[in-house]
Amino acid sequence: MIGLISGGAYIPLWRLSRGAIADGMRGEKAIAGADEDSITMAVAAALDCLDGTDRQEVDGLFFATTTSPYKEKLGATIVATAADLRRDIITADFSNSLRAGTIALRAAIDAVKSGSVKQVIVVAADCRQGAPGSNWELSCGDGAVAFLIGDSEEVIAEVDASYSVSDEMMDVWRSEDDRFIRSGEGRFIATEGYARVCGEAVTGLMKRFNLSMRDFTKAMFGVPEPRTQAGLAKSLGVDPKTQLQDSMYFHVGDTGTACSLMLLQAALECAKKGDRFLLVSYGNGSDAMSVKVTGRIENRHKNRGIKGHLETKKTIDYYRTYIKWRGLLPIERPPRPLGLVAAPALWRELEQNIRLYGVKCKSCGTVQYPPQKVCTKCYAKDQFEKIRFSDKRGRLFTYSIDYITWAPEIPSITAIVNFEGGGRIQCLMSEVQVEELKIDMPVEMSFRKMDFREGIHLYSWKSIPVREEFL
Amino acid sequence: MESIKDRVAIIGMGCTKFGELWDKGPYDLIVDACYEAFEDAGIKPKDIQAAWFASLVSGSTGSRLSNALKLEYIPITRVENFCSGGLHALANACYAVASGVCDIALACGVEKLKDRTTGFAMMNPEPMDSSKVIPETPPANMFAHIAIRYFNDRGWDIEEGKRILAQISVKSHHNGTFSPKAHLQREITVEDVLKAPMIIYPLGLYDCCGLSDGSAAAIVVRADMAKDFRDDYVLVKSFGFSSGAGQAILQDDYDFLHIQENIEAANRAYGQAGIKNPRKEINIAQVHDCFSIHELMLYEELGFSAKGKAREDVEAGTFALGGELPVNTDGGLKCFGHPLSASGLRMTYETYKQLQGKAGPRQVKNAKTGLVHNAGGMVGSLNASVSIFGREAG
Repeated sequence: MIGLISGGAYIPLWRLSRGAIADGMRGEKAIAGADEDSITMAVAAALDCLDGTDRQEVDGLFFATTTSPYKEKLGATIVATAADLRRDIITADFSNSLRAGTIALRAAIDAVKSGSVKQVIVVAADCRQGAPGSNWELSCGDGAVAFLIGDSEEVIAEVDASYSVSDEMMDVWRSEDDRFIRSGEGRFIATEGYARVCGEAVTGLMKRFNLSMRDFTKAMFGVPEPRTQAGLAKSLGVDPKTQLQDSMYFHVGDTGTACSLMLLQAALECAKKGDRFLLVSYGNGSDAMSVKVTGRIENRHKNRGIKGHLETKKTIDYYRTYIKWRGLLPIERPPRPLGLVAAPALWRELEQNIRLYGVKCKSCGTVQYPPQKVCTKCYAKDQFEKIRFSDKRGRLFTYSIDYITWAPEIPSITAIVNFEGGGRIQCLMSEVQVEELKIDMPVEMSFRKMDFREGIHLYSWKSIPVREEFL
Repeated sequence: MESIKDRVAIIGMGCTKFGELWDKGPYDLIVDACYEAFEDAGIKPKDIQAAWFASLVSGSTGSRLSNALKLEYIPITRVENFCSGGLHALANACYAVASGVCDIALACGVEKLKDRTTGFAMMNPEPMDSSKVIPETPPANMFAHIAIRYFNDRGWDIEEGKRILAQISVKSHHNGTFSPKAHLQREITVEDVLKAPMIIYPLGLYDCCGLSDGSAAAIVVRADMAKDFRDDYVLVKSFGFSSGAGQAILQDDYDFLHIQENIEAANRAYGQAGIKNPRKEINIAQVHDCFSIHELMLYEELGFSAKGKAREDVEAGTFALGGELPVNTDGGLKCFGHPLSASGLRMTYETYKQLQGKAGPRQVKNAKTGLVHNAGGMVGSLNASVSIFGREAG
């Protein structure tokens, strides 16, 4: 059967209370940290999805976002390299639309169905920015989701019906130099956008495949703003009490192109065999899909998913922190000598920086990071096997807290981490408060932004406290 | 292998004032330091036959030195080893005259660190990372890593540990008040140290040496020629150098409680000099107090304190100016600041003057054998240097 083999997600640790943006606003939204973006969140979601699977079996990666850090450069290759996938895979970015996530999902299913590839991972992530003072600033939240699509007996859900509508309309957009989301008037989009177009897609799906709203256990809309969603649900005959999937608007916010897929993942985490979900996205058209849950759902790999990320969080009540992290506050940083970025060196060190490969000496077994040509212990030359550290756990051996550095967040923590199974790394540490630092505390590795220089986003790995410590 | 012991003598030295010398460029500092050395040795610049020039930021080739001093077409080698540059320049000059390829050689170190607004963060993370994706880890971070494990290992809470370190900085500041060429010349108290802003936890403002500009120089000849220049020449007893291979990070069992490079360099220097009991046989020492925790560790690593007894010695005043083994008698890096390549030669200058009885108010009685120590780079990849000097052969 062709369908979803596994799913994963990522929601940043940080939540900004909406009251910090504007008095009286309810709930909170998830916000990416200063060292996160759509690419880093996509990597986290992809790893969550691939946890428990053989990464060598993945034949493709589709990356969907409206907020790629690059206007020209594949994000999919960065995500695929960080996820340590093979080189002989298909990669593509699906961008420019809130509908990109479901477009990528449909394309992945079609690719597998055609026999072109056996397994594709679809990763959707968004980090959308509304202008300060706008409704978008209130509603947008950050998050990512990933589904592994393939032909397998282990498929937990299949997309057994799909209907797409393409609609040309200036609903929500940004042009070449726009930093913030532009959109038409709210009532106009709600009526002639969401209601009309989603309605058309859902109606079309029902008619072509002989389905009715009664056939669906849950309906999920990539339009989480409560009033708009309520209106849409009502017009389509969705019972808001029993059938409407919680949009997480008051806990996460509108995660753009990742939204509908994140709701699908949330639904799958509580699903039973035979459940049928109606998945609806919106953006220059609408994709409506019927997702049927199989008996394999009971055996699905228990990863963090939506639930694990929802229930581990830290709330920020300080608006200034948020706009500083988003780069909207031109803070003067201490002058720092900038080494020129050397493209050949970046390329040469991809394995150690992006795949986080170290080596194990075949002669004496000593694990070393970064990769060496000569063994530190037994001096054997060129006798190493590669070891991936990105999914290893470790313990904090020692640390330093730097109060005078140039880094965007002060203090900056540098950690010495000893990995389970041997090996050690020196790296920055993120998401930890000074008071929480303790020798031997458990840590994991997370893909993060290190710096932005000469138009290049430099990525690598930092250590963070194991997420479950925040329960 | 042969030893350098008693084969080379220093016949002249010079040292500028160290500090924020905005109005002095590298040439000004080189001329000030070297001309003092020429005068001290009673020679002229044209008598120099070869030179070694150490600098991290103030010159990439030997021509910086020859341009400043107008040395006419002699061989000059630029040396770089972070904080060990000065001693490496000196050692190379000494090996050259000992081998006989030249008779009179000059070693000079200079830095204009205050020309740049950033501090130790200017250092690239060597030797591992050429793509520079991983941010620089200034040496302060690595010493903080050590301090945290060190306090933990000895069961000191933060206040207790900082108090021990504070006494070292207080001691050095006191010595600095007798040191006219030092940048900082004022007393501080333990309370000043404890209340000071945190730089890199647990190291505060007074646990860290500052950056400054400065230069120092030495003129060396073979020992059998030295008496032609002066009676109170100072003999080189030994050099011990040791370069780390990144073991601290590559090996997950490194404990962050000791610095092997320091121990190796010291063993080599003591071995060559024939020193068996450093505590008794070394009369004064200038050691690399870039951070107070380093000086504390060095007391044990250089064999001045028995293992585990450094704290006792600190509290007993063993290393104070009037103590059994005065350390950093001129105020150290703490009071002079640290123009990297100049520091080793500044420490040698202090040793040289002390051994000649010319240290004025900071003179240590019966100073016969002096030790200089530097270490440059990052823990696990340090270049440690130990050099021992004496007035008498044997």
